[in-house]
Amino acid sequence: MSSQIRGPSFSIKRLSKSRNNQLVGYLYILPWLLGFLILELYPLGASLYYSFTDYALLSDPRFVGLKNYLSMFTKDINFENSVVVTLKWVIVAVPLKLITALLVALLLNQKLKHMNFFRTVYYLPSIFAGSVAVAILWRFLFMREGLINQILDVFKIPAIDWLGDPKLALFTLSLINVWQFGTSMVLFLAGLKQVPGELYEAGRIDGANKFQQFWSITLPMLTPIVLFNLIMQTINAFQDFTAPFVITKGGPIKSTYLFSMLIYDNGFKFFHMGYAAALSWLMFLAIIIFTVVVFWSSRYWVHYEDGAK
Amino acid sequence: MAGLKKANAYFLLVLIGFILIYPLLWLFFGSMKTNEEILTSIRLFPSKVVWEGYRLGWKGSGQFTFGDFFVNTFQLVMPTAILTTISSFVVAYGFARFRFPLHRILFSLMLSTLMLPPTVVIIPRYLLFNHFGWLDSYLPFIVPAMLGFSPFYIFMQYQFLRGLPRELDESAVMDGCSSFKIMTHILLPLSKPAIVSAAIFNFMWAWNEFFSVLIYISSVSKYTISLGLRMMMDIDAATTWNQIMAMSVFGMLPCVLFFFLSQRYFVEGIAKTGIKG
Repeated sequence: MSSQIRGPSFSIKRLSKSRNNQLVGYLYILPWLLGFLILELYPLGASLYYSFTDYALLSDPRFVGLKNYLSMFTKDINFENSVVVTLKWVIVAVPLKLITALLVALLLNQKLKHMNFFRTVYYLPSIFAGSVAVAILWRFLFMREGLINQILDVFKIPAIDWLGDPKLALFTLSLINVWQFGTSMVLFLAGLKQVPGELYEAGRIDGANKFQQFWSITLPMLTPIVLFNLIMQTINAFQDFTAPFVITKGGPIKSTYLFSMLIYDNGFKFFHMGYAAALSWLMFLAIIIFTVVVFWSSRYWVHYEDGAK
Repeated sequence: MAGLKKANAYFLLVLIGFILIYPLLWLFFGSMKTNEEILTSIRLFPSKVVWEGYRLGWKGSGQFTFGDFFVNTFQLVMPTAILTTISSFVVAYGFARFRFPLHRILFSLMLSTLMLPPTVVIIPRYLLFNHFGWLDSYLPFIVPAMLGFSPFYIFMQYQFLRGLPRELDESAVMDGCSSFKIMTHILLPLSKPAIVSAAIFNFMWAWNEFFSVLIYISSVSKYTISLGLRMMMDIDAATTWNQIMAMSVFGMLPCVLFFFLSQRYFVEGIAKTGIKG
């Protein structure tokens, strides 16, 4: 092996932290760098360019200025509805999921036996994130003759049209996200294990009850994880697609027509690539603005142990 | 008093677990019921086990069975998961052990792509793959996997490598190891837990992937299980409940098996890096 022959001279250079030797690092990160340039940076720029063009896939893109962005507000009858539906989706699904995850994590954080078993069971639904099989399951659970209504019937409660009622369908779908709270739960649990026991000790001495302890010790200590979960889950929620696409196809009367479906229909059903690119850039901007605002606000509500702001 | 509290806690734990898992059990046992029984009875267990759902559901599109979709899914998921794991390990090694110019900037760029929504770049990527003639093949999944495409896995392995003492590398250098050999012979064996969890994560997420297969794959002969299920759902959801339920169960089984075989790695892997999902 030639590498063995070259070895010793390498080692001397390496010990002296020679510059050349550190440059070898570029070779190792090269795959990522290529992927980044070709599959992230170029597409990001290209989609910005396409967003100013008319591009029907078969003909070349034709520059049209702001037309795509203007027609969102003037021509596209689905745009406004889709924005409202997506915002509702994010505002309902993300907090519900995070609150559930936090409550369950608190429950699992007790010093009792078999907690790892429960943690595993609670995580199970989350391994099917974005899966079509789960979307199918949801449809069967919540359809008119589905299991949920059958159970309600036992208690003589009249059937509810979970998926057919435009006021209810979005909420029914968001329950999938709530059901799959596992990742956030595991992160909260890891955070709870970090809270120093002395703090509770001190709290008890000061006569704080359970709720006060949670409110003034546990919650502040968890805020960095709340921040992280909030950002990642919101970015994910903006892109949710499988459930509305498979279960309700965006209906009834477009009440579950999420933004990702609007992008899909324009890009891959009608092949209006330029318009779809403009929509996707708008979504990107919304996510950036959201992230910046949350990070900015975090200085007022996120507590860091080292006192750093 | 303490005993009562404990009993309450367990009661709550079991109740929540039951509510969470019941839908999955209902799906599993429902796949062995007749359509009439699914509609009329809330009993969990089938009064009489019938395999009709599996037998008929298996036929898929007629021309292509769920056996074909299953093989297709493996052909897509296996190379993707293995290549992503390898390439992200190599890239993580580069970031963890070398201090080249622009290191900090490149590393932050890598991390920032974690927050870049795939939906934003899907149009140009589709056009690019169309240009390469890769549409309706698994190349849009396999080639990016070779390019260390997932910052999540790079970061995960980077974290792990940072935890391995540098003295290991340095003594290997003294023994005349090249940097490549240090990676393959010293760090790789030690990184087994990180590599196994990366591979598991990757397998599961690739297995459930829907949006991108929907966009890139168009011929039924190349359908994955996700696409097969969706096709079934579109055609005859109203009449063939047990068939769709049976094939859903079939599509979920590999994930469940994988999860129980490796749940320790899996859940702890999330706690350590905590990004995906």
